[in-house]
Amino acid sequence: MKILVPVKRVVDYNVKVRVKADGSGVDLANVKMSMNPFDEIAVEEAVRLKEAGIASEVVAVSCGPAACQETLRTAMAIGADRGILVETDVELQPLAVAKLLKALCDKEQPQLVVCGKQAIDDDANQTGQMLAALAGWPQATFASKVVVAEGKATVTREIDGGLETLQFPLPAVVTTDLRLNEPRYATLPNIMKAKKKPLDTVKPEDLAVDVAPRLKTLKVVEPAKRSAGVKVADVAELVNKLKNEAKVI
Amino acid sequence: MTILVIAEHDQQTLKSATLNTVAAAVKIGGDIHLLVAGAACAAAAAQAATLQGVTKVLVVDAPQYAAQTAESLAALVVASAGGYSHILAPATTFGKNVLPRVAALLDVAQISEITAVESADTFVRPIYAGNAMATVQSADAVKVITVRTTAFDAVASGNSAPVEALAAAAESGATQLLGRELTKSERPELGAAKIIVSGGRGLGSGENYHKLLEPLADKLGAALGASRAAVDAGFVPNDYQVGQTGKVVAPQLYVAVGISGAIQHLAGMKDSKVIVAINKDPDAPIFQVADYGLVADLFETVPQLESALG
Ligand SMILES: Cc1cc2nc3c(=O)[nH]c(=O)nc-3n(C[C@H](O)[C@H](O)[C@H](O)COP(=O)(O)OP(=O)(O)OC[C@H]3O[C@@H](n4cnc5c(N)ncnc54)[C@H](O)[C@@H]3O)c2cc1C
Ligand SMILES: Nc1ncnc2c1ncn2[C@@H]1O[C@H](COP(=O)(O)O)[C@@H](O)[C@H]1O
Repeated sequence: MKILVPVKRVVDYNVKVRVKADGSGVDLANVKMSMNPFDEIAVEEAVRLKEAGIASEVVAVSCGPAACQETLRTAMAIGADRGILVETDVELQPLAVAKLLKALCDKEQPQLVVCGKQAIDDDANQTGQMLAALAGWPQATFASKVVVAEGKATVTREIDGGLETLQFPLPAVVTTDLRLNEPRYATLPNIMKAKKKPLDTVKPEDLAVDVAPRLKTLKVVEPAKRSAGVKVADVAELVNKLKNEAKVI
Repeated sequence: MTILVIAEHDQQTLKSATLNTVAAAVKIGGDIHLLVAGAACAAAAAQAATLQGVTKVLVVDAPQYAAQTAESLAALVVASAGGYSHILAPATTFGKNVLPRVAALLDVAQISEITAVESADTFVRPIYAGNAMATVQSADAVKVITVRTTAFDAVASGNSAPVEALAAAAESGATQLLGRELTKSERPELGAAKIIVSGGRGLGSGENYHKLLEPLADKLGAALGASRAAVDAGFVPNDYQVGQTGKVVAPQLYVAVGISGAIQHLAGMKDSKVIVAINKDPDAPIFQVADYGLVADLFETVPQLESALG
């Protein structure tokens, strides 16, 4: 069984981004970039399925500019067997990524696609569900446990009220939540090995996908600032403030 | 212009998030149809008819909607989508699961977690964990939107909209729901609570979390929340998590106990009206958003606070 893992290059989760003064977007110059944390979890899960003898190959895919090769190398250092870069400088929105992934699924015929639940830059939380729709496959979003056996997946999902468990035939799309696993650190030997693994590059045109954005960003601004409040000396002062100043209790 | 809102419900009652989503639809303007798809969901449909702003309730009552799977619901929504200018659902795990599937089947973008309506085609949404707010315009024929519930005040009841039954769509999904483990609680729902007491890694253990925070939450009539670290460490179940990738809340009062205030946590609670932080580290980032900060050991101050509330 082949597993496809889409990995997105995003601003590192430790970076607090700044909005550009002209309102055109956020300032990405000299900002640390990393693999989307949910995608690291996705690669880890796929590699574990391979190590367990359930999967035979793990293919990482990234869509975006040439720099995404770095993200693919990171995926390969965790244990993906090869990488595919869908190279474009066009701003990609989730529907476009889902279409690119669908085209790659037609070519590669994976039995399972493991995506992150959400990219921490656009916070869209869409791509996996869209891919499942386009492919006509079942989906299990926000997975905290994945079991694959006999052509079926059994997935426990984190939902607002707690957990639910779904079972469905493969092929399918699963999106990862934080508690699915704890990704390993790539060791130096594995980082070296990853440099020699195959990495193919295709263009959206090669896949006959129109990636033109559907949403236009008119402006990007800072959120309303919260002014820091006061420090209180003790519990008595806190209770007094909550009762008489804020009037919330 | 007619807007289709997809109701989130448990067959008996509507989830409060549905009421906020209808409020966003009211802001867009036009007729509002509320779709209640379920199995033996007549009670939820009856409640739907009482919501202000709703012009018609569409009920689809069939066994295949018992599990509320994305596959079945998306197929139904797409089959019913003709003629609608907008399709809305709450940005809860329910809406986030179903709606992108609908958008892709309609070949349109989805606009995630809007916090404001500028016009019928232009909306504001947070990006980068709420560190930036983007105003986006859609050129698609149908606008498919999830709504951040804390950004829109719930609509009131008192309406009596007509209720129309629709036929189920052809069943497409092969997905089976094996079971649900729902967290049982007598407390208010996190997403709709007026007061939230939230605990982080500073509590040290699940035992401490319960021993210290439950009596405080009881006194305040509060819901309980947590940071990711507290959930990862197993202090409390996953559905307690507040943040960028958990629940977004905006209560009247949010009490953060032993939480450092990482960007991802702030993303989920910084729109609360009043924030209290109890943390022993005076430099903890949580104090940058707290209205009232108490630099102290939580093991001493939380019981003091609880008894001071009488
Ligand atoms: C992709 C991704 C998504 C994430 N999503 C979320 C999310 O949705 N929600 C979320 O919360 N986090 C999220 N995180 C995690 C986030 O980055 C932080 O790691 C997390 O919020 C830290 O939790 P914490 O504040 O409880 O723990 P810590 O950062 O360890 O803070 C514990 C605090 O307790 C204080 N403390 C310790 N002992 C005491 C005492 N006796 N008395 C008083 N104070 C004490 C310490 O001073 C410290 O400030 C995410 C991270 C990633 C990478
Ligand atoms: N440009 C991209 N390249 C590869 N994978 C992507 C890309 N964009 C999104 N994804 C995948 O889709 C998931 C959800 O992203 P989003 O829908 O943008 O929140 C991510 O965690 C990735 O697994």
